[in-house]
Amino acid sequence: MSAEIVQAETRRAWRDPLSVVLAVVLCLPALVPLLVIAHATISPEAEVWAHLSRYVLPEVTINTIKLLIGVALLSGIVGTVLAWLTSICEFPGRRFFDWALLLPLAIPTYVLAFVAVGFLDFAGPLQSWLRAVTGSSAWVPKIRSTGGVIFVLSLALYPYVYLLARTAFLTQGRRALEAAQMLGLGRAAATWKVALPMARPWIAAGIALVCMETLADFGAVSVFNYNTFTTAIYRAWFGMFSVSAALELAGVLLLFVIAAFALERSSRAGARFASSRDMTRQATRLNLGPVARWSAFVGAALVLALSFVLPLLQLLIWSVENVGDIDSRYWGFIARSLVLAGSAAVVIVLASLALAYIERRRSTRSMRMLVRLATLGYAIPGTVLAVGIAVPLVLLNNQLQNWLRAWMGESAPVLLLQGTLLAVLIAYLARFLTVGFNPVESGLQRVTRSIDEAAASLGVVGTDLIRKVHVPLLRTSLATAATLVFVDVMKEMPITLITRPPGWDTLAVRVWEMTSEGEWERAALPAVAIVLVGLIPAAMLTRRGAHVA
Amino acid sequence: MSVRFGVFAPLFGALVLAVGLAGCAKQPSELVVYSARNEQLIKPIFDRYSAESGQQIRFVTDDAGPLIERLNAEGANSQADILMTVDAGELWHAADLGLLQSVNSEALNTNIPESLRDPQGRWFGFSIRARTIVYSTERVKPEELSDYAALGGERWKGKLCLRTSKKVYNQSLVAMLIAEYGEPKTEEIVRGWVANLATEPFSNDTLLMEAIAAGQCDVGLVNTYYFGRLLRDQPDLPLKLFWADQTGQGVHINISGAGVTAHAPRGEQAKKFLEWLSQPEAQSMFAGLNLEYPASPSIEPDPIVKAWGDFKRSPMNVAQAGELQATAVKLMDRVGYR
Amino acid sequence: MWLELENVVRRFGERSAVNGLSMRLAKGSIGCLLGPSGCGKTTALRCIAGFEPVDVGVIRAHGRVLASENFQSPPESRQIGMVFQDYALFPHLTVLDNVAFGLHRLDRSKRKRRAEEILETVGLAEHRSHYPHQLSGGQQQRVALARALAPEPEIVLLDEPFSSLDVELRERLSVEVRSVLKTLNTTALLVTHDQQEAFAVADVVGVMRDGKLEQWDTPYQLYHRPETRFVADFIGQGVFIPGEIVAAGSVRTELGVVRANGNGQWQTGRQVDLLLRPDDVIHDDASTLRAEVCQRAFRGAEFLYTLKLASGVQLLSLVPSHHDHAVGEQIGIRIEPDHVVAFARD
Repeated sequence: MSAEIVQAETRRAWRDPLSVVLAVVLCLPALVPLLVIAHATISPEAEVWAHLSRYVLPEVTINTIKLLIGVALLSGIVGTVLAWLTSICEFPGRRFFDWALLLPLAIPTYVLAFVAVGFLDFAGPLQSWLRAVTGSSAWVPKIRSTGGVIFVLSLALYPYVYLLARTAFLTQGRRALEAAQMLGLGRAAATWKVALPMARPWIAAGIALVCMETLADFGAVSVFNYNTFTTAIYRAWFGMFSVSAALELAGVLLLFVIAAFALERSSRAGARFASSRDMTRQATRLNLGPVARWSAFVGAALVLALSFVLPLLQLLIWSVENVGDIDSRYWGFIARSLVLAGSAAVVIVLASLALAYIERRRSTRSMRMLVRLATLGYAIPGTVLAVGIAVPLVLLNNQLQNWLRAWMGESAPVLLLQGTLLAVLIAYLARFLTVGFNPVESGLQRVTRSIDEAAASLGVVGTDLIRKVHVPLLRTSLATAATLVFVDVMKEMPITLITRPPGWDTLAVRVWEMTSEGEWERAALPAVAIVLVGLIPAAMLTRRGAHVA
Repeated sequence: MSVRFGVFAPLFGALVLAVGLAGCAKQPSELVVYSARNEQLIKPIFDRYSAESGQQIRFVTDDAGPLIERLNAEGANSQADILMTVDAGELWHAADLGLLQSVNSEALNTNIPESLRDPQGRWFGFSIRARTIVYSTERVKPEELSDYAALGGERWKGKLCLRTSKKVYNQSLVAMLIAEYGEPKTEEIVRGWVANLATEPFSNDTLLMEAIAAGQCDVGLVNTYYFGRLLRDQPDLPLKLFWADQTGQGVHINISGAGVTAHAPRGEQAKKFLEWLSQPEAQSMFAGLNLEYPASPSIEPDPIVKAWGDFKRSPMNVAQAGELQATAVKLMDRVGYR
Repeated sequence: MWLELENVVRRFGERSAVNGLSMRLAKGSIGCLLGPSGCGKTTALRCIAGFEPVDVGVIRAHGRVLASENFQSPPESRQIGMVFQDYALFPHLTVLDNVAFGLHRLDRSKRKRRAEEILETVGLAEHRSHYPHQLSGGQQQRVALARALAPEPEIVLLDEPFSSLDVELRERLSVEVRSVLKTLNTTALLVTHDQQEAFAVADVVGVMRDGKLEQWDTPYQLYHRPETRFVADFIGQGVFIPGEIVAAGSVRTELGVVRANGNGQWQTGRQVDLLLRPDDVIHDDASTLRAEVCQRAFRGAEFLYTLKLASGVQLLSLVPSHHDHAVGEQIGIRIEPDHVVAFARD
């Protein structure tokens, strides 16, 4: 039916070129680095490339695939099972776990990684204690291994799957389950044949997010010294001083991204037809048997302990040991983290809203393609993205400067787009657009066309329509988008490091200052601050989720 | 449960304000430093200099690679006056890209030995970091140790711990080995190291030393200041430094150094600051903060550092680390040093 | 005329959803577009509302052009109310706020008074502070109607307004809706595929097929005097039996010569299909014409029998329910149509 809307809309032609321009501008930050990468891939530097393809590519390709499959499976299973338990079943502590299981969102992957390695490696307290007591710790599996990376990344990232699967189960799960049981399916069969397939688009979307995070991750894999595309890119760039080789590797990485992305998109195509109407208040929760109840409790508690409670405890212990590092500057770190995360949340949510509207108005193939491309940034390593933006931004700045000079002569003010917060925000926009766009888009899809038409027939259109109808209806989606972006930016490190203006040190920058010199214990203090500050919106998000459901 | 849209308005205001402030706060007289040396190791120096000279300094920290990319991207518009790194190879790379300018200074040329600065005066080393062997006093006798190459020998099969080859310190070390022994011989040495590894390479020197202390391996290669820092916190660890290659070239050294950027808006002030850094008091403080060795030969190191004893340093110019860094990285890729 | 469509065409690519639709609706009357799904009736409604442009033709309301080939007034300025198939109630607003939504030009107190007044009319005054999801389907439907009526639009459009309700509620509500519309003397156009609904609500009904009106008439005429075979088929029940015209108003069939007040041209000797409605076939034990009962459906006051003649031709017959015949029984029938409706056989 969309073709009809387009035709109808072309009658009000003046709005269209404007919205196309706006869409292109919003997508530009993410598109430019892609173009830079694509350009470099076309003209490879033969000698370095020959070296890479012989000695580096085979290893990082296999490693990256192993990592992707492992993290996708483990985080997918953990996230889905927990979501199913908390939203469909009844077990001890369910109400608590329902929101608490989202808390690991506040812990950066690199922090979880260094806590895990610090605690679990051969020289760490656990194995040292085992050796002291039993004489050997040889049986403990190696944490610095493929399995270890997969384990840690899955623990850090499963909340994305949990969040989305939970939404799916809450909005349709129990009712569907009852319907299936009426048709004679047992509980297990009903789950397997009905609830899971219905939630599949959401689960797949969550796993796709996890995959993109995994592909872009540099901090955590570095702690494990695990070679992936990201580490290979850094090595080619900063070790071999070959920008073009680095970008070529990024090009290959993008192929992975596009695969992950296609998966996410194809599964979401189904999701948009899901109705939000039948909220399932009426349906009762599944009552598990005594064994299953307590297994559910132990499972949820174990995941929460490993992914959140124990790491936080370890961080707190380290923090107390280095409590002398606290000084008045910490207020500044916190304030700057808040300002960056807050303004990024506003900018990205507004941009997402604008894009979602433009896409709704002009659902042409090229427009959809544009938006899809613009959300690829989530999977590109932060530094590549930041540099990919910095170069054209400087060009733009110099061009504007020339025009200003030509116009105002010598009295023209000196423009410095790079090195301002604007550059930081543009880079964040490129990186986190997906995070904001997905909830806003799916929220907007729930506002049916007839709602818009009903308002129009009652004489309410344009900004009035947005203010009176859309904003109230999208409130939850907007809040979800803002929260996710906020928490992600709080944790973000490479973009903040490279684009920030002098003096704009944040908590994440503080973590880097310590970890780059190997002083993990001293990094605990800012890390704890990141977790605690990120915790507030994460808790709000889950509370809100609980209300909506 | 409801976030009113009005909440966004003040946030947005704050954003606009912040962008504005960042744009306006540029006082032309403030020196701007891009530093790969951490805040806690550099800020006290800046504070001291500001107190003495009245010169205000602002700085951004990051890894050298991104900082150089940023400088490169900003080009003539860059506000940075000084680039500071913790590795000679990176300074060489920045100079190679034309991002640093030649500084002709009597004070710098006198205070900093020739092997620790760029022949064209584009960068200067202000402290020396030595990368040498650390061993377990419980399981290793110092007589068993000799030079870097020997760590690839049969004696250390399954006993060696190394930090990741991604760290520039190891890249520079291998580059200097190439400069000394040539590529084929170096490849053999590094291959020997990899064959002797007790476990996967570590992501930092501290973990490596803790692994030796815990008995996972017996010897490793570290920068001396990490050793100093760890022993300061845990003096009882059964670890000791061994000065490598004393009968040959000497211990591999690297520098923490800086140069004035090609488009520095405040080139003169930048030069003054670098000259100040080469003065005895600043030298002692700069090196002392991180338990490094001062670049100026006449300055005594920190007492902790001094207690490790004197050693013969490799006399080769540290610039070679930069020239050979890409070769070194490829070599390490070939032998599977991760 | 209050609402006028002149040769309206609306194309989607190659296909014309509305293909030369013309109709007129007088002030205060209730019209209905009736037809199977895909006949273009909803598109026609959306053209009137302004959600679809018009490719050819003109739509006028009260003499004012709403849409033509090169002019579209936007939906919000047409003063047309609409009740959507899914009601499209605003889930974040209470019933009262939903109804008051279109009254933004009034000041606050007037707005509230008007909304309450109209809620009173549809009988939902006590639910005014509820939210849509707290109401039953029928109540939601009435809120949607109240919301559309509140701004006193010149015309109200109803898109399949009862389709998501159960049968009993549908009948009751359609009567209620008609009485509300009549009370307020509102001009309304309804779209449905259900003829019961169309007949219950509308004064004039148009049967649509492939984007065109087949016939625009009162329900009585549509039933008894269908102008096309399609209308005859679509409206009501009945069967066609072959016959030949013997004189004006007389058709010879295997049941004998059927006579009635026929309309149209009667060319003697022409082969035709004669429409027999169930009420044209009278049960008469005395009759010599016999037919076998093959199916029966009990409808309370009457039976609907499906009968088979010796030739194999099937008929429908509506019989008072005290005549209880078993399947397989032979009963006597008599043909007594009010009008003869016959179409040339092709």
